[in-house]
Amino acid sequence: MRERITYALAVAGMALLTWNLYKICFVLPKEANVAAYQIFYFHVPAALTAFSCFFVALVASGLYISSSDLKYDAFAAGVTEVAVAFASVNLATGMIWARYAWGIWWAWDARLTSMLTCWLMYAGYLILRRAIDEPTQRARLSAFVSILGCVNVAFVYKSIEWFRTQHPAPVLSIRGGGGMAPGMEAPMYWNYVAMLCFATVLIIVRMRQEAVSREIDSLRRMAHAY
Amino acid sequence: MTFLRQSLTVAAKDLRSEMRTKEALNASLAFSVVIFLLFSFAFDPGNLAIDINEFSGGLLWLAFAFAGALSLNRSFARELQNDCLDALVASPVPPGALFLGKALANFALILAVELVSLAVFAVMYDVRIQPQFGWLMVVMLLTTWAITVIGTAFSALTVNLRLRELMLPILTYPFLIPPLMSAILLTTDLLGGKPIGSDNMIWVRVLVAFDVIFSLLAVVFIDIVLVG
Repeated sequence: MRERITYALAVAGMALLTWNLYKICFVLPKEANVAAYQIFYFHVPAALTAFSCFFVALVASGLYISSSDLKYDAFAAGVTEVAVAFASVNLATGMIWARYAWGIWWAWDARLTSMLTCWLMYAGYLILRRAIDEPTQRARLSAFVSILGCVNVAFVYKSIEWFRTQHPAPVLSIRGGGGMAPGMEAPMYWNYVAMLCFATVLIIVRMRQEAVSREIDSLRRMAHAY
Repeated sequence: MTFLRQSLTVAAKDLRSEMRTKEALNASLAFSVVIFLLFSFAFDPGNLAIDINEFSGGLLWLAFAFAGALSLNRSFARELQNDCLDALVASPVPPGALFLGKALANFALILAVELVSLAVFAVMYDVRIQPQFGWLMVVMLLTTWAITVIGTAFSALTVNLRLRELMLPILTYPFLIPPLMSAILLTTDLLGGKPIGSDNMIWVRVLVAFDVIFSLLAVVFIDIVLVG
């Protein structure tokens, strides 16, 4: 059953992404005054997926603390890894666009900086996990970092936004931008859904891998005991 | 009330043992002076065309953050000898009070290092700290508490790891970006003689909010780290 859900989600995600790519490249009217704006349809959903995953990791870490069930720890670890991957996609697409539009690879712009900060914070989380061998200690300590990290994401995001920015101003209607022509916004949200499907597949695979590695660990310990 | 008294007892113990050896204090003070010396090669302090006030906030807080990490590293590592940490955790002091006590002691130590370094910096780079001294102290108190809370929590977290000295800075500095950024902006304004007004008050609020939220989170959740 679990396998079927994984495949179904993967197929749904792929189909959505292909359909969106077709729409973005061939159907949507060309935006004359923004260079290479199409990358925006991958740049923004990747950031949204990463932030959603950071939040899910907070919930999973909270669940681990209240239940001490290592299942939630594996979930938190998987979600965070996927979040860091999507944050990397966001940074990479942002850099490519900056090179195209502004002529530089990296602008010390507010939102690039805040995403980099979040990326570094959660990279620290993943490095911490690798530095601890004992599973319960690893779960406890990383849950603490994850909770503090998610709260800090809000701080980083807001405080760097107040700092002067050269990032294009918010255009989405939910943030009071309203700068996009009708019909231009929908493919972005559909891409977000597609990426969430994709992220879920990755998390399921990662969790299974974690469970298997725990089992191998306990088998090895049993073998040593003999 | 008991909670506070227990915290103060832990803080007094830490300060007393630090005062006997002064190892962290001397090391971080020497380190911050070395950083100031290195800064003088990054630009020409004698060049009149360069206005040191424009980036003095950044120089100061970089030095403070790096020097502070030295004291923070020692904070819990000091208790490893003779299994003192286990004894402290097993004592009737709740983990929150133990954390708060350690944080208070670190706060006092880091603040002392910062005040001496600030004077050294003012002399070396001809920066005037008097015009906005009151606000400068407020910013230093708030930011130092932010550094201390995050640093002490991660010092407790990394104390039993093999890569202790490596893990602490990797975890601490990205977390400290909001308070350090606020402090750098405010200090640069204040050293340039610009008072706190409606435009930069928001950074004081960021510092206060960061201090309050992370102090509460750390005190509430530290038992996961210390006890399990």
